[in-house]
Amino acid sequence: MKQEGKRRLWQEYQKEIATDKFFYVRSCVRQNFFPAAEQTFLRILRDLGKTVYENPGHTTCTGIGYHSDVVPLHTTMTVVARQFALMTEAGYENLAVSCITSFGLYTEIMDTWHHFPEIENKTREYLRKATGREFTLPKNLAHASDILYKLRHDIAARAPYRLINQATGEPLRVVEHIGCHYSKMFPHKGVGGAEYPYVLVGLVEALGGEIIDYPERRHCCGFGFRQYVVRANRGYSLSCSKKKFDSMEPYRPDCILTNCPGCPYFLDRWQYVVSEMEGRTYGVNGHGIPVLTYEELAGLALGYDPWDIGLQTHQVSIEPLMLKMGVPFDPSKKYLGKNGEYIGRPSKPNVLKIDMDALNTEHRILITEY
Amino acid sequence: MKSVTIIGGGVAGLEAAARLTRMGQAVTVIEKSDQLGGRLNQWHALFPFRTPAGPLLSKLRNNVAEGMNMIVNANITGVEYNDDGFAIRINNNRMITANSVLLTTGFDIFDAEKKEEYGYGIYENVITSVELEQMFHSGKPILTAQGNIPSRIGFIHCVGSRDEKAGNLHCSKVCCVTAVKQAIEIKELIPSAEIFLYYMDLRMFGRHFEELYKEAQFKHGIQFIRARLSEAFENPDGTLQIRIEDTLLAKPLKMNLDMMVLMVGIQPQRKTGNLIDMLGLERDADGFLMQEDPYGSPFKTKIRGLYCAGGITGPKTIEETLIEARAVAAEINNYLKHKETYTGHEHFVMEL
Amino acid sequence: MIGFGYKIQADRQIDYDSNNRRILEFVRDGEPSIDWCMSCGTCASACTAAMTADYSLRRLIIQARRGMENEIRESVYRCRFCGKCFNACPRGVNTRNIVYLMQLAATKITNHEI
Repeated sequence: MKQEGKRRLWQEYQKEIATDKFFYVRSCVRQNFFPAAEQTFLRILRDLGKTVYENPGHTTCTGIGYHSDVVPLHTTMTVVARQFALMTEAGYENLAVSCITSFGLYTEIMDTWHHFPEIENKTREYLRKATGREFTLPKNLAHASDILYKLRHDIAARAPYRLINQATGEPLRVVEHIGCHYSKMFPHKGVGGAEYPYVLVGLVEALGGEIIDYPERRHCCGFGFRQYVVRANRGYSLSCSKKKFDSMEPYRPDCILTNCPGCPYFLDRWQYVVSEMEGRTYGVNGHGIPVLTYEELAGLALGYDPWDIGLQTHQVSIEPLMLKMGVPFDPSKKYLGKNGEYIGRPSKPNVLKIDMDALNTEHRILITEY
Repeated sequence: MKSVTIIGGGVAGLEAAARLTRMGQAVTVIEKSDQLGGRLNQWHALFPFRTPAGPLLSKLRNNVAEGMNMIVNANITGVEYNDDGFAIRINNNRMITANSVLLTTGFDIFDAEKKEEYGYGIYENVITSVELEQMFHSGKPILTAQGNIPSRIGFIHCVGSRDEKAGNLHCSKVCCVTAVKQAIEIKELIPSAEIFLYYMDLRMFGRHFEELYKEAQFKHGIQFIRARLSEAFENPDGTLQIRIEDTLLAKPLKMNLDMMVLMVGIQPQRKTGNLIDMLGLERDADGFLMQEDPYGSPFKTKIRGLYCAGGITGPKTIEETLIEARAVAAEINNYLKHKETYTGHEHFVMEL
Repeated sequence: MIGFGYKIQADRQIDYDSNNRRILEFVRDGEPSIDWCMSCGTCASACTAAMTADYSLRRLIIQARRGMENEIRESVYRCRFCGKCFNACPRGVNTRNIVYLMQLAATKITNHEI
């Protein structure tokens, strides 16, 4: 593979990303399944001295409803307009978006309004009638992973831990998975375009890791909303993720990095389902391939306590990765809450190993023998 | 004596120059690069019979020996004109005048890097048809980037043509037959290789082309799959995995190739400083030069005394380019003879 | 095992490299004109069997080239050898012989002879 060819491509897809004074809008899925991830993002930015503001009155963007045919487009547009109105009222111009679907939705709506100004006017009218609010469009729309990408060198400079295997000295092998709504719809609104997105690659490279490429890299994880809402259809989504796992396994990834909230949810949970259905786990140690979002990875590298980042909520245990990176952690505190109270633990899967199973005495062998 | 300046020393330019000189006109040929012959320099063998390109190229170059002015490495920096004729500034320091000008500046080839998903410039074993033709010409054995004999070679049709994302909606005409020709050539060089052609349509429009297609299938065992490549991926050993839909079965298909040849298309010259825009001539919807009167006179432009021929008006074969060159020479000759009484509307009258 | 209420779906992508092309090789040995076929479908449009059964010689030849044995063995026995396809083929492919050889190959595979 000729890296210069990729670098030439990346030059074609550059975008403006603001570096300070953000209005933050949260993600429905990320808050529910990875509860500390967004807090980690805020913590990283504030530790870097950036101003991030969020209005507690902001809502879901209704992207999940729009993509499930439950919410009509004009309603979605009006809700999005309200988000913009809250941003305008707070005096901000830079929108930092946590969810990839939201990002795709905001981009799509602003593009629609750009080509059809009459729809924008109608939306202004709806918003005025419903809430009395007015809005201006954000001057800069960036996804939170774009922002971490932009600040990656600052993060790397302060990161005591790097994406290097401490036992062998080799860079860790990372699979990057980009949410479909990030650049597939509007390649020029994504760093690096649709074919070779750079937004996560940049962060991994800054932290010393190695990105591995595999045939199904651009395959959707299967999230999609529409079909998996009905349980009987989930096999469709499951098969999409499985295709990716089967494809990436020969390349021996140490972890998967994603920027969408739904993708890590699927890539994390489906490994468990596949292990129950087929009796196999991906990776070598029976723990599966850890799945992280960009805030979690940056937080780990910056030395935040893994249990503060919320890594205990991951189905596929992150312990093997932390051992490889040399990040210190206390296994006994995994299921203790903020005030040291026991928060309960999930039941043990039949096939997938979790927590420190088979890792305590053998972890040195584990790290060197992959 | 009247004078003609021909801008573009390729196939059309050289043939028209030879004809016009024989008709008694004073001809100057201006060429941008350092050699004459244009795209013919990049061909090894011409379809359909795999006629060697070398002798034709030599013939065209040699025809222009007597009484002709050839300027190479010439960058045209300005053109002025009136009813009498043209003044052409070359390299900012030299001026040529002529009573008539023939534009034979040809076309550009699609830059395969623009199709990111095919990995040209990123994967080591992806080449273009132009590069393959030059490999044939060099006489060196065809090997993968890893130095192995390829056992499976794929040809991808329509790269940069018929493609809105590539900015070219038109069909480049000659790539289908070129792919079949190159497939046969490579099969003869490497009889053990399996060759696959991935096409949307097979445009075997010319004489003997359809027979070439059948020969490729039967005599050489070349396989044709109706499919369009969506993405290619490089395996760790340098081989390529491709993802297509076998349209005739309506099922997705994946397979591995050792080498992939992209049939890059022909596109109009669009770079800044190109003559079409410099002269204020109109382009047609496909970006090639507009032909005001394709049946009456395909070579006339809206500027009196300025003619065009060859690849500048769209993809063509070498045979067709030569035919156009001969026809436009006769037309220019006629114009120069009747210049004073020229109205622009007379029917074409041949006088040789 | 836990009852999830859904299943992993079968992969319908043709994996060209893992498929076995023994039916194609067997047919080609006996009838080289199979290589003349350009998948135009004239045979299938003339076909008697296709009127009432899911049968297409055009498709069968492509399936042979891809090595899709199960699909071939599912439909190949539906031909009645009327010969209309032989009349129709613009390339002069000996279609009846191809179908005959395909059926023979399919039987041989069932009997583990090839």
